[in-house]
Amino acid sequence: MIEKMFKILIFLKIILIFFVSTGFSSSKEIEIPKQEWTFKGITGKFDRSSLQRGYQVYTEVCASCHSMELLSYRNLGEKGGPEFSLEQVKAIAANFEVNDGPNSDGEMFTRPGRPSDKFVSPYPNIQAATAANGGAYPPDMSVLVKARKGGADYIYAVLMGYTDPPPGFKIEEGVYYNKYMDGNKIKMSKPLADDLVSYSDGTKASEAQMAKDVTTFLTWAAEPHLETRHKTGLRVMMYLIILTILVYFSMRRLWANLKD
Amino acid sequence: MSENTYTPKSKFGKWFNDRLPLLTLASHLTDYPTPKNLNYWWTFGGILTFCLLSQIITGIVLGMHYVAHADMAFKSIEHIMRDVNYGWLIRYIHSNGASMFFLAVYIHIFRSLFYGSYKSPREVIWILGMLIYLLMMATAFMGYVLPWGQMSFWGATVITNLFSAIPFVGESITTWLWGGYSVDNPTLTRFFSLHYLFPFLILGLVVLHIWALHVPGNNNPVGIDIKKPSKDTVPFHPYITIKDLFALLIFIIIFSGFVFFAPNILGHSDNYIEANPLVTPKHIVPEWYLLPFYAILRSVPDKLGGVVLLFASIFILMALPWLDKSKVRSSVFRPINRYFFWILFIDVLALGYVGAMPAEGIYLLIARVGTIYYFAHFLIVLPILSRVEKTLPLPLSISEPVLTGMPKAELLRNDRKDV
Repeated sequence: MIEKMFKILIFLKIILIFFVSTGFSSSKEIEIPKQEWTFKGITGKFDRSSLQRGYQVYTEVCASCHSMELLSYRNLGEKGGPEFSLEQVKAIAANFEVNDGPNSDGEMFTRPGRPSDKFVSPYPNIQAATAANGGAYPPDMSVLVKARKGGADYIYAVLMGYTDPPPGFKIEEGVYYNKYMDGNKIKMSKPLADDLVSYSDGTKASEAQMAKDVTTFLTWAAEPHLETRHKTGLRVMMYLIILTILVYFSMRRLWANLKD
Repeated sequence: MSENTYTPKSKFGKWFNDRLPLLTLASHLTDYPTPKNLNYWWTFGGILTFCLLSQIITGIVLGMHYVAHADMAFKSIEHIMRDVNYGWLIRYIHSNGASMFFLAVYIHIFRSLFYGSYKSPREVIWILGMLIYLLMMATAFMGYVLPWGQMSFWGATVITNLFSAIPFVGESITTWLWGGYSVDNPTLTRFFSLHYLFPFLILGLVVLHIWALHVPGNNNPVGIDIKKPSKDTVPFHPYITIKDLFALLIFIIIFSGFVFFAPNILGHSDNYIEANPLVTPKHIVPEWYLLPFYAILRSVPDKLGGVVLLFASIFILMALPWLDKSKVRSSVFRPINRYFFWILFIDVLALGYVGAMPAEGIYLLIARVGTIYYFAHFLIVLPILSRVEKTLPLPLSISEPVLTGMPKAELLRNDRKDV
């Protein structure tokens, strides 16, 4: 028995050494610093006021170039999200002009947005967005957090990663240096600066605070059912564990009959 | 298979059973004599059945909301994730379910390798199993294409392009697979159609796999033939069903851990970017369960050679019962084979690892050494081992694990006569 366990241990050690050694040799990639997020972990939840502030940053800063076409205004009032009140959601939606139609005369028309409308995009199509941004398409932000390795940490790191390029680093016109971007080059100019927005809840709008808020908002946008998922998950786990224990003892009892 | 003398009690039951012996079948499945020394590695058959059914059920629901069109597929997945009631749960069960399915099938296959379950008289079970595994890979690959993300699109492009390496007809085959001159909407729609069909083919093969299993009965950790039924066996129900249920529950707990707390950890982030034929991702990698084969494919500098080795690496497994001729099944009694088994295991893990890495430098070297060993294991090591290995004495029966000398020669290989 001890010999067997010893063998298994040696075996696991070999695998471990193998993976660790090959893992280190490949770590050429830039290390993304980890942040503290309220939504991390198995009981993680979004910080409601951070989500609301994050929406403000998105709509006042990012939305001038980045679309979020998978979201509807109604989502802003749904459970597990920023949870704006119905009145607030209606007011937010009404700020936007939505193309609709054709009406009974066959004409297209614009009307104020309703909660059921999708987020209005800043550009009519990808080509227009690309042309207006020096040939770089500002990606849709609906699932951006899930579409980048490192997720929320990565988005935060890029937002905060604008520094002066190291001496000798060649950089073209209209391109910016970023510590965490692939190849250290990014076509988006530094989007955030202290006090760029004024938060209505009195929170100081420092650059880091805004980056944190908007990243939280984008994480919710990419995974709007995260809170339900965590909550359901805990219940499912509890149920399964209790059931497993019961089945285990039933099994023991049943097999004990065989011994005689 | 023991003669079933079951007769239904009720009059109607008897009437019905004479016309369609469903009740006899049910009674056979309940009483099916199973070796009592099966360990937990034997519970993966039941777990795999659960995986298949769970994939089929969640898949059917997803199919109600999914739109198989290049312009709408990506958004329809997000529609499922956001707006369909519990759509996120169903989709995460389905996408993580594929990984769990493969995890279970790999354990099942390696169990078979260790305990020699592929050996006579179970060759047909083994070959059916390998066919199921092949269909699983095809199904999983086509399923991965359906969300129409960047990895879907480029994975499909790389894999379908492999067929163009076939001399003379390769180009035509690729065009035929694509339904055009590149991966596009026709490719997506046919993949969806086949992705819906294949699981039912798998289900059919699973029925045959279990049927074939019920002819000689289960192998067991000792690997010797046993009398059935005898004090070495227990009825399948309730003894094995409850043990399988316990193992299945543990499996579902791990499964749920992924679904609820890390649903995207096994996927690639690029697949949340909609497919774009004009932008190639930096590294195109398949899902983790196909990585060892991907490494074998890329270890050969020649495209056709790579494709040939890729297919050979799977088909060589089907020939396994005739490559390993050792009369002793279980590696418990094969002191040398035991070590080679673990070498093969590490080799496959290593291939999987380098399959995820760029094919250059040290990774390419590991992939090449790993590929050579993989084939050498089956073509050289096993055939030689089965001649030269000095196996340990086998116990006479499961109930008497005390070594009382070598069993009678006829006990080694005559499952059928015992019945």
